[in-house]
Amino acid sequence: MDILLQLFLSFAAVGLVCVGGGYASMPLIQAEVIDRHGWLTMNEFVDIFTLSQMTPGPIGINAATFVGSKVAGIPGSIAATLGFVFPSVFIVLFLGYLYYKYGNVSAIRGILNGLRPAVVALIGSAGLNFILLAFWNKEKLPVDLAKTDLVAVVIFVLAWFAQKKKTGTITLLFSSGVAGLVLYLVTGMHP
Amino acid sequence: MDITKETKEKLKKTVFKEPFSYRKLFISTFLISAFTVGGGFVLIPLMKAKFVDEYGWLEENEALDLVSIAQSAPGVMAANSSIIMGYRMGGFLGSLTALLATVLPPLITLTVISFFYDAFASNPYVRMFLKGMQCGVTAILIKVVLDLVIKQVKKKLALPLVVMAGTFIAAVVFKINIMHIIAVDAIIGLFLMRDPQYD
Repeated sequence: MDILLQLFLSFAAVGLVCVGGGYASMPLIQAEVIDRHGWLTMNEFVDIFTLSQMTPGPIGINAATFVGSKVAGIPGSIAATLGFVFPSVFIVLFLGYLYYKYGNVSAIRGILNGLRPAVVALIGSAGLNFILLAFWNKEKLPVDLAKTDLVAVVIFVLAWFAQKKKTGTITLLFSSGVAGLVLYLVTGMHP
Repeated sequence: MDITKETKEKLKKTVFKEPFSYRKLFISTFLISAFTVGGGFVLIPLMKAKFVDEYGWLEENEALDLVSIAQSAPGVMAANSSIIMGYRMGGFLGSLTALLATVLPPLITLTVISFFYDAFASNPYVRMFLKGMQCGVTAILIKVVLDLVIKQVKKKLALPLVVMAGTFIAAVVFKINIMHIIAVDAIIGLFLMRDPQYD
């Protein structure tokens, strides 16, 4: 199948089932882009997610654009992004129609209530992948505890406490980057 | 999300402070999208300020109802809000105009960034910086997950917790295709979770 069509369809599938904000789209995009099509490595994917957090615009759209662009250049970024928002046009307008006609949208309430806790679990599984990659540079369990990247653990803990102090996302990520550069250089370890 | 008679009456009386134009809709949405970091929750108040308070193209309560519809639909909240507000203000063409204006700025920005990423990501120093940021973003993601789990647990309802645990096990342990898991969860929700207590 044509790569642009594949990008469009993959991201349309993600857009169709993505409930609950930008983070919810990550495990779905991961499933399509890494696990199913192998378009990106986990490393690239986490970088994309990070950069998406620091740039204007919704995380889901940013990620779709980035993935599309990496896979098939500018046409790819357009195909992925349009695919991502394509189902929304119909669903949102349909809900709007129900709202103006009947004053409520309980018809799909149950489905969404079922998806909400599911999405929490899926973001959790993405979180697990992120930890494996950050601390062990691996995509799957099991891991060798002796090979833990201690610099990464230190930065993670620092970032965790920075969050408690309500540090802004951009400041936090940029500081983490600087910490990474300094600590890897000082310790002579390789990321 | 029930629409009251009062709201309906008000809707009919909406007076535009500024005549509606697609060009204005496009430009204002484009600018809001281009300069806001942080997604829907930052973007929507700005759109409301523009279309409700400044232009008078939408009525306050209606805008809130539309946003809650946008929030409950799948997809990106900012895009959904543009679609439905755009539709209310300018019909189907209005919804496409607003959607395009919302999507274009991140599309342009991220395409540019991705070219820089390709050029620099393999540089060892850039790699160290990116790795540091990966650890930071992991901390953010784990915090988000914990907050969401706590929110679900606090509801003290068994079924959502079963769905949550079951989904996690199905995805992580049994590695079942996510789209299949979601289809099952949607069916469970459709038949067992329509009660408002699960909202």
